[in-house]
Amino acid sequence: MSLAASDVVPGFGDQPFWLIVIKVLGVFVFLVVMTLFSIVFERKVVGRMQNRIGPNRVGPWGTLQSLADGMKLAFKEEIIPLLADKPVYFLAPLLSAVPAFLAFSVMPFGPEVSMFGHHTPLQLTDLPVGVLVVFACSSLGVYGIVLSGWASGSTYPLLGGLRSAAQMISYEVAMGLSIAGVFIWSGTMSTSQIVAGQDHRWYVTSPLIVSFCIYCIAIVGETNRAPFDLPEAESELVGGFHTEYSSFKFAMFFLAEYINMVTVSALATTLFLGGWHAPWPIHYIWAGCNSGWYPMIWFVLKVVAIIFVFVWLRGTLPRMRYDQFMHLGWKVLIPINLAWIMLIATVHVLRSRGWASWQVAVTVVIPTAAVLLIWAIAGEAKRHQNYVAAAEEEEAEARLGPAFPTPPLNLVVPKAPAVARASRARASLPRAARRASVSQQGDDDE
Amino acid sequence: MSAVLAAGPLMHHDVPLGEAVSFWILGPIALAGALGMVILRNAVHSALSLAATMMCLGAMYMIEQGPFIGFVQIIVYTGAIMILFLFVLMLVGRDSSDSIVESIRGQRWAATLFGLGFVVILGAAVGRAFKGLKPTNLDQYNANGLNVRSLADTIFTQYLFAFELTSALLIIAAVAAMVLAHVEREGPRRTQKQVARERIRSGRPQPLPGPGVLASGNSIGTPALLPDGTNSEESVMASTPGRELPGEIR
Repeated sequence: MSLAASDVVPGFGDQPFWLIVIKVLGVFVFLVVMTLFSIVFERKVVGRMQNRIGPNRVGPWGTLQSLADGMKLAFKEEIIPLLADKPVYFLAPLLSAVPAFLAFSVMPFGPEVSMFGHHTPLQLTDLPVGVLVVFACSSLGVYGIVLSGWASGSTYPLLGGLRSAAQMISYEVAMGLSIAGVFIWSGTMSTSQIVAGQDHRWYVTSPLIVSFCIYCIAIVGETNRAPFDLPEAESELVGGFHTEYSSFKFAMFFLAEYINMVTVSALATTLFLGGWHAPWPIHYIWAGCNSGWYPMIWFVLKVVAIIFVFVWLRGTLPRMRYDQFMHLGWKVLIPINLAWIMLIATVHVLRSRGWASWQVAVTVVIPTAAVLLIWAIAGEAKRHQNYVAAAEEEEAEARLGPAFPTPPLNLVVPKAPAVARASRARASLPRAARRASVSQQGDDDE
Repeated sequence: MSAVLAAGPLMHHDVPLGEAVSFWILGPIALAGALGMVILRNAVHSALSLAATMMCLGAMYMIEQGPFIGFVQIIVYTGAIMILFLFVLMLVGRDSSDSIVESIRGQRWAATLFGLGFVVILGAAVGRAFKGLKPTNLDQYNANGLNVRSLADTIFTQYLFAFELTSALLIIAAVAAMVLAHVEREGPRRTQKQVARERIRSGRPQPLPGPGVLASGNSIGTPALLPDGTNSEESVMASTPGRELPGEIR
């Protein structure tokens, strides 16, 4: 391909073929291992959160459980529904899994290292538009889910596919806008240079903190994880888009879901949490922590920390209702994001004109934050007022007496009627008369 | 890919060999996708072929030193617009294929004629436009990852008016779609709590009986049986033609 040297971010132009093969293998193995790890990790952590132990049978402390499950899954019988649209049914798992792997090709694991006498960055490749690669791959991953739902020829998967199409497009907008903030702040779209820009200070400690929060919410929707797991809501849609899939094809969807989780976590690490840079105080204690192969440790630790948050959310929050979910995406996250991008752009321009940080803070950031805060407090006050009014109204209604037919407090439970015919005759009487006749009969029996 | 990359400096006439080779691989796929989009009867298959064409175009942009426009093509066209198309097509139903009955007399002949005419005009125009054109290397505009910046400079200076017009067009379209889809709400929206309380007060807090419960058939037209053996009228929707149960079961 004619991606000439000038197209390529410095350091990635002249990699020999064997080095590329090693890196590709490395990324592939990393992703598969991370998938196996995350499944066990998730089950263990959720188990602990629910006062259980979690898997503990296969391997030491149950660590090989997901490997065993994966092997079993691959050897299971494959069932293809009669009504399935065969070509699309086969294509869908591929479209789900392949982009998931591709997206990781631009993730920076570490700085330049020496590999067999060759100096090269710990990253498969990078482009001037590196982050867009991840974005393009995640937008292709939607096809896998949508098509699997359609091709299964069944209602629940179709509904799951439709839900996920709407959900992923909506949350991709929120996600893209929060990434746009990073582009403006860092002045580049290449992942390696975004990490380089966080050499001294992580972006999460800048005004990008709001973008980071929105990104974190959006990725949960983007990866179909609880509490936004509406496309596969098992209590509503059986299993959603992959209900009719079995054996290895199902495994592909499973793999894709966990790889996507790792990918968005790695992207969050790269964009906001300093990438492979060591967390703050370590740098002072250990000077060599940001060179050589060590940064991979920090990178993986940060990714695992974000995955832990994913699991934590799943263990804590119930599933959202679909309309509330869409409301959150379109009417809350996107407007806040747009306003915040304008703020970030303003701050960026002012700073590039030589304004000091405190000047920018006093003139732009603090007034904006104050306005937003007042707006939020006013909204909350209004909501509280409405709530109080509704409660008062409810109380007034309750004073009028119970709406649902309830037995009187001094009810004497009558004995069971002795004669069937009598009870049938009573059934035709109005209620008051019936009650009277019941008490009368009770008296008669005595 | 790397082997092709290494062949970068090798030239085929004025174009790098790698670019020429990729063109002859991607071009036929894009063309096949475009033809498939027209020929395939199933709407979803048709949409998928179009997506394949768009992907190939995106890849070609990347090869022609436009990485930004290439990825934006994939994100916007393949990722958003085609997914919305699919979204609508999936609702249409799986087995609905377009009718091939001609509704206008001589439509086929007229379409063939105009189609061929269009191909001739388009071919001539494109051929003239590209005659004597010399391929240029974009190295100087893309140097040091400045691809996006050069693009932004051009869009927001030279083509600003065209850019603003396009965005105005899109906003008009969006507003029109919202007007068409907008439904005026009658009164304030009922909250979940209000709905629940109204249901309790209606005298029937439980859901309506499902059709066909305790009956011999499972058609939605078959009424449910009440405990005393009579038909439950509520179990059948008003729009469904009712169906009596066989006499012996009643």
